[in-house]
Amino acid sequence: MTTDLFEKFDTTLNHFRALPEGEGNPFTVSMEKILSPTEAIINGRKTILAGTNNYMGMTFNEDAVAAAQEALLTQGTGTTGSRVLNGTYHSHKKLEEELKKFYGTKHAMVFSTGYQANLGIISTLAGPKDYVLIDADSHASIYDGCAMGNATVIRFTHNDPENLDKRLTRVRRQDPDAGILVVVEGVYSMLGDQAPLKELAAVSKKHNAYILVDEAHSIGVFGKTGRGVAQAQGVEDQIDFIVGTFSKSVGTIGGYCVSNHPKFEVLRLVCRPYMFTASLPPSVVASATKALQIIASTNLREKLLDNSMRLNKGLADIGFNMGTTGESPIAAVIIDDIQTAIAFWGELIKEGVYVNLALPPATPNNYNLLRCSLSAAHSFEQIDLMLEKFKLVGERMGVLKQDLRRLQTA
Amino acid sequence: MTQDNNEILTQIFTLLEPFNTKGLELTADTSFTTDLELDSLAVMDFVAAIEDHFDITVPLNILPDLEKVGQVSAAVEKILKDQ
Repeated sequence: MTTDLFEKFDTTLNHFRALPEGEGNPFTVSMEKILSPTEAIINGRKTILAGTNNYMGMTFNEDAVAAAQEALLTQGTGTTGSRVLNGTYHSHKKLEEELKKFYGTKHAMVFSTGYQANLGIISTLAGPKDYVLIDADSHASIYDGCAMGNATVIRFTHNDPENLDKRLTRVRRQDPDAGILVVVEGVYSMLGDQAPLKELAAVSKKHNAYILVDEAHSIGVFGKTGRGVAQAQGVEDQIDFIVGTFSKSVGTIGGYCVSNHPKFEVLRLVCRPYMFTASLPPSVVASATKALQIIASTNLREKLLDNSMRLNKGLADIGFNMGTTGESPIAAVIIDDIQTAIAFWGELIKEGVYVNLALPPATPNNYNLLRCSLSAAHSFEQIDLMLEKFKLVGERMGVLKQDLRRLQTA
Repeated sequence: MTQDNNEILTQIFTLLEPFNTKGLELTADTSFTTDLELDSLAVMDFVAAIEDHFDITVPLNILPDLEKVGQVSAAVEKILKDQ
């Protein structure tokens, strides 16, 4: 028996202490100066940012910045209150109107983060007698929303409609009248793979279940007007709830849920992560509103996916083992062992390229990933420079396919 | 379908073999985290294998109470009896 509350974290602490010291440690990186959506000064060095999820490059959009500045000056730095008390400003309602217009839905509800949107909607919608079925590769916010609620939680195989069907059949066999919520993501962030929403929605409807799609990584990126994968696959009318975030394509912070359910507005009175936290500051609300308008009226998607294809193809041509193909804005290089992945990340940052080091259990299939997220704001020159640096480090560390073949035959 | 606990336990040992990368001798007292060193996702994958083998639903909510193989076997027995 121990009285030390921290003893349970010893394994994690030991893993952290085993990481390289100094600039090669991915958990100590800080951006000393932000130069643009795609460049920063890190460790005193100009660095290409390719792990920010800043898909549309909106963080420095002049109109979004100007809207935020004006809101800051006219409405102050924060609301100091919850949406259900003093925290609803006219601008919050205007942002919800913009979301309704953007998605063509009857209802929209804004949360202070995307994490809270999933936490709130999932835990509130699915009560003690209900069921939630989630994709095995779901984001932590979805797992946490399930843990916070009282529903029975069941996990189905990633992107597998047949497996969902099998599990829904079992639930319906034992509980024919239960409320059921199926939760999936439009695009899964680690490997950028899209959900087969058409099939997943059809299976959900067959069993009379609601379906919620988290479009965090697909808003702005997919669909004719950037609404996400549901729009791209032409199944928006089959989806009951769409959740998303302002912290990626929209370039700021906050979350939302949109729906056509006739009783949706009651959630404002029963959803704890909405009710018991301060609302978004006016400057954030203003920049999100402006960015949504820009995303809907411009087509930055083509440039983004061109950039992604160039990086993915380039990395594959160099000889990296890829987890992605370039059909989403993610480029993920698979590295066989964890120590090499950590060291590779360290070498890349020294070469002036920032990517995400993604390790199990946060990754699918226990992959060790060097995960890049592209932006429409990246130039081809920047991507070519990234390819050059990846090649340099890849050759230095002997992880390219031809190097591995040579090692195996030696 | 009724199966006694020993029969269920034997089937669970078989289902657990792909996760037993250290080649331990499995008993009802074998712990998933301490002995087999499975992370949370591996445990969930194992539970999915159990669900499909026994054609039952094992909610994720009960996972925190299932630290040892014997506890999983007892839970499966209860679910089979209840359905």
